[in-house]
Amino acid sequence: MSSATVHNQLVCFHCGEVCSTTNITAEDKHFCCEGCKLVYQLLNKSGLCNYYDLNENPGLTQRIPVRKDKFAFLEDAVIQRQLISFSNEQQTHITFYLPQIHCSSCLYLLENLHHLQPAVISATVNFTRKEVSIVFDHHTHSLQKLAELLTSIGYEPYISLQSLQHHKPGAKKSLIYQLGVAGFCFANIMLLSFPEYFGLEAADIQLQGIFRWLNVLLALPVFFYSAFPFYESGWKGLRHKFLNIDAPIALAIIVTFSRSLYEVLSGTGAGYFDSMTGIVFFMLIGRVLQDKTYQQLSFERDFTSYFPVAATLVKDGIETPISLPEIKAGDTLLIHSNELIPADGICTRGKACIDYSFVTGESIPVNKEMGEMVYAGGKQTGGAMEILVIKEVAQSYLTRLWSADTFKKNNETKSVSFVHLLSRYFTWILFTIAAIAATYWAFTDSHKVWNVITAVLIVACPCALLLSNTFTNGNILRILGRNKFYLRSAQTIEDMAGITHIVFDKTGTLTATNQKEIVYEGVELSKQQQQAIASLAAASNHPLSRAITAHFGKLKRLPIEEFREIPGKGIEGMVGKDWISLGSQRFISGISGTGDNGSKVFIAIDDKIYGHFSLQNHYRESVAPLVQSLAAHYKLSVLSGDHATEHSTLQRIMGPEAALLFNQQPADKLQYIQKLQQRGERVMMIGDGLNDAGALKQSNVGIAITDDCNNFTPASDAIMDARELSSLNRFIRLCKANKQIVIASFVLSIVYNIVGLSFAVQGVLSPLIAAILMPASSLSILLVTFGSSNIAAKLLRC
Amino acid sequence: MSAIVILLIASISVAAIFLAAFIWSVRNGQFDDEFSPPQRILFDNPPAKPTNTDQ
Repeated sequence: MSSATVHNQLVCFHCGEVCSTTNITAEDKHFCCEGCKLVYQLLNKSGLCNYYDLNENPGLTQRIPVRKDKFAFLEDAVIQRQLISFSNEQQTHITFYLPQIHCSSCLYLLENLHHLQPAVISATVNFTRKEVSIVFDHHTHSLQKLAELLTSIGYEPYISLQSLQHHKPGAKKSLIYQLGVAGFCFANIMLLSFPEYFGLEAADIQLQGIFRWLNVLLALPVFFYSAFPFYESGWKGLRHKFLNIDAPIALAIIVTFSRSLYEVLSGTGAGYFDSMTGIVFFMLIGRVLQDKTYQQLSFERDFTSYFPVAATLVKDGIETPISLPEIKAGDTLLIHSNELIPADGICTRGKACIDYSFVTGESIPVNKEMGEMVYAGGKQTGGAMEILVIKEVAQSYLTRLWSADTFKKNNETKSVSFVHLLSRYFTWILFTIAAIAATYWAFTDSHKVWNVITAVLIVACPCALLLSNTFTNGNILRILGRNKFYLRSAQTIEDMAGITHIVFDKTGTLTATNQKEIVYEGVELSKQQQQAIASLAAASNHPLSRAITAHFGKLKRLPIEEFREIPGKGIEGMVGKDWISLGSQRFISGISGTGDNGSKVFIAIDDKIYGHFSLQNHYRESVAPLVQSLAAHYKLSVLSGDHATEHSTLQRIMGPEAALLFNQQPADKLQYIQKLQQRGERVMMIGDGLNDAGALKQSNVGIAITDDCNNFTPASDAIMDARELSSLNRFIRLCKANKQIVIASFVLSIVYNIVGLSFAVQGVLSPLIAAILMPASSLSILLVTFGSSNIAAKLLRC
Repeated sequence: MSAIVILLIASISVAAIFLAAFIWSVRNGQFDDEFSPPQRILFDNPPAKPTNTDQ
């Protein structure tokens, strides 16, 4: 351990983080903290070290210990009943959401949970949903102990108010069944229709009847079951007096089926069952592709998923867990370190040092004295404190934002796809052609009128348009998903293509949440002093201390004596021969000043003030080039909850024409978006925190940005990995290409339609022609949409 | 002719069996999680008892 500089950094065997000390070891392995070491020892004892062989440093850092009684609320029978999925005399089944699950090691460890605790009967991981279903013996092990066991190996269950209120809906499987049935029927009808196409010999003519009737039988499940989504959506549209694309499609399906049935019954022909089932099958494939959802992501999160299930109520000196909806004004709650404040209240005991990053996106904690208001959604980072609740959870500031009208608005009314408008024209033209052909035949050969009308409707249903739309959308969603840009639905693609104004949130979006730039002002520090300060800061977990440690980088750590951390004020300790203090201006100099808002850290060595570190937001590197490429096409705005101190820097980055607004409350941001929309702008909002939630919801396209896709993001239309922010312009251009591809393939399908129609209006549309046209047009549309969207993606380097 | 009818019945029932298998596998949740099952099969079982010597 004598080497002065550590060139190749020592990383923790458990979590892979850089070790700031070399003292924590077990069996020649180094750890970054006691927590990680404990997990290792526990696994080693149970023979589960395979965990470390499967992946390198698979764990997650245990630096922030979990409070001992955190899961005490799981003893509460009411809460238990809401969580447990099944329970009998012997065993209990429960499913926990573990956001930490990320690799095969996690899978291995969690499924071998019974080696750590014999009371666990079985544990099964669903990796996609990041859930573990555990069956355990509740006589020997309580639910609370189970949650604590998971926590002790680094997988703290995430139990939120939302998970109590409603369970996640299962993936929609009915569409898959409908697709399966349609595929089965389509393939068999196709097979049975071949004799019809190629003609039968006179000897086999009685077979024809069998084939036709089998076709009718096989077409029934498609007509009554598989095609149901089209009837449903078409009918829904008609009821709202809106002709969507599914209405003419449903009409075409019904007409085709009826005419085919009539032909078979009357013995006049074989009908078009093959074309009908085929088109239903292909359209369902398109639907399934387009509706692909990201199960691991949630686009619907509201504040309840951020909040804990229970808080600690203090009454006559006794602490009891209380579930959130039961909290009343006048209750006294004990808020532990790293806990969220569930309701607005007044701090009555202890020092509040509150991190409002959930609400404002600002990660530097704010200090509050006794008697001051604290708001729901803040996270206590100091020691334990007590608050007197003055507003119930449902009445609190943060919660009220969600009861605003924006959140009650129906999403369906947001915008109408151009495909529906296009199909409307298409349908009217079709009716006109059918009418003209019918009048012509009425005068020439009145027997053929019905024949012609139905043939026109069969041939020219806008299924090609639907196909090209769903397949292109599905492929674009997939391409964007590969680039870590996840859209909620296909409609978002079109909304993105149409935007005119882009609004950015500043903190957390343009600036990185975890990176702060540190600037030192004051007397120059010697190398040794720097080392001493870095060592002292490394001993604290406060975000400012961590920022300072990171600023000094790889200096060797010195031993510290008499270390003290005064929550909300600062840290001090003896390093070598110097007594070093770091903290707020008030703490260091005794005078209140500008440094008390939490953005400056003052330094005193042996009671002499040397200077201070000031923290500045670190703008993401990708912002400047992104803004340059966007400014030419869109109007830009920045909304920030901060003070206007960085106005000039920001204006330089955003360009002279961008609107910059500071001191924006969540409600202000929402109103700003509304104001833009009233001017006729179509707005894209990009934000990260709960404070942007209202604006994200109000905007035409709300994009939540996150450093880690497993993190919690507010309700939005899309979720984007922060590292992909620079590609935003390319993504928008890809969405614009989407529309062109749909129209191009639609034009192609019209060519097929004209060929088909030319047969139909003459009254000579044979099943063979229909059977060739249908797959030919479907397959070529498939090729064109997939091919051109992939080429577009390649050209845009997505 | 009767041979064709028998073949027809055979081919449709085979296809129907596959359809049933497909619906069963979807309902059974086999497509819900595409990561865990292929990983799970590769894991060695850990020793039934802890490796340390104390009994």
